[in-house]
Amino acid sequence: MRKYTPKNNVQAKSYFNDRFFVAPETPKKASSKDEIYAEDIEQLRNKFEILDDYIEVEELVIYINPEDNINIITFLRDALNYEQLMELSAVDYIAQRGGFEIFYEMLSLSKRKRLRIKTFIRQKQPIESVYSVFRMASWAEREMYDMYGVKILNHPNMKRIIMPDDWYDHPLRKTYPLTGDEAANWYEVDKIFGKEYRDIVGPEIRDCANVDRYDTERFSRLGHEVPKGVDITDGKEPEHTPLAYQEEGGVPIIKKLHEDDSVTIKERR
Amino acid sequence: MAQHKVNYLQDGGAPIALTTVDKLVNWGRSNSLWPLTYGLACCAIEMMATGASRYDFDRFGTIFRASPRQADVIVVAGTLTKKHAEFMRRLYDQMPDPKWVISMGSCANTGGMFNTYATVQGVDRIIPVDIYLPGCAPRPETLQYALMMLQKKIRRESIFRSIKKKRLV
Repeated sequence: MRKYTPKNNVQAKSYFNDRFFVAPETPKKASSKDEIYAEDIEQLRNKFEILDDYIEVEELVIYINPEDNINIITFLRDALNYEQLMELSAVDYIAQRGGFEIFYEMLSLSKRKRLRIKTFIRQKQPIESVYSVFRMASWAEREMYDMYGVKILNHPNMKRIIMPDDWYDHPLRKTYPLTGDEAANWYEVDKIFGKEYRDIVGPEIRDCANVDRYDTERFSRLGHEVPKGVDITDGKEPEHTPLAYQEEGGVPIIKKLHEDDSVTIKERR
Repeated sequence: MAQHKVNYLQDGGAPIALTTVDKLVNWGRSNSLWPLTYGLACCAIEMMATGASRYDFDRFGTIFRASPRQADVIVVAGTLTKKHAEFMRRLYDQMPDPKWVISMGSCANTGGMFNTYATVQGVDRIIPVDIYLPGCAPRPETLQYALMMLQKKIRRESIFRSIKKKRLV
């Protein structure tokens, strides 16, 4: 049954909420429905603790304890023929559950099957690197650290992969603002010129459609151009300034184009 | 002994032109603007098209150079990320004076559609810009026009103007 939410004052809200919205969810089947998966999960259960398992969109999903990740991935690779680790990353559930969900996507070319391993870690709990099993994990785990701040143990080269090394915070967390925190906003100014220079450069203009046609220091209007810094308020703007490439006098030999003599071709020749 | 005596005073006969030093130097500078080969994103494709045979930047005397030491224009063609801002400034500092900057496309002008934490919101936060070129991406004709506008700007300049300080701090 859907949770009841109070409906008074719904029309005064600034955005629309569908009262009957239910988040779509793909159906989950029992893992015994597929014979290859049933056999795999049987072998896994004999050796490790599997918290949950089901088939979602024809792909087996298993939940494991975070301490077992290397052993299970090694077992899947060597005994169950899942030869490839396609991807691994994290999902931010800090607000809801206080940690990250780590997933590993495995592919078996011989069985033509895919398998997803999921595990949950608390926010500051480290997880063992699977670099010793799949070399691919090197960069993927660095990205996971860079973007979410997941701590990785025994990684050969643990540093940021996308953001610069002296970047503050992890930008793919849900709490990170899209336009960046203060350190991000001033990053390039602080690095190149130093913090004293912040006052001279000024804050970032985040409205990229920001145009002030009376500000002749920073803008000029095509066909109504004036020298930089001239005051054009109160009708002081020139009616029309011809668009000319060459100055009067100009370059000898080369013929000067006059706007009145130019012809706009209506049809393509 | 010359068989035909040249009458230097005859109209068009004199191989001498009189001009000012400003005009002569600026004529030279504006007609051999060498930009740095420096593409950052999709605008670089348009910049390459402008350099290629159809639009032919060479006829403006504009030949792309692979080293900032030989360049006097930098065309910032594309999105400048905050990680890259430092290197961009370093390349600009390595160019000899006099030097000019064309900011090509929305991303270089204002950050464009990348209103995010990782993008510099306009290269003029890092280096002084002479020509802002709108468009996403600007067509080669637009870049040609920007270059012609820059040439016009250079011809207006005095060669004895004070050279811009390299670092403003």
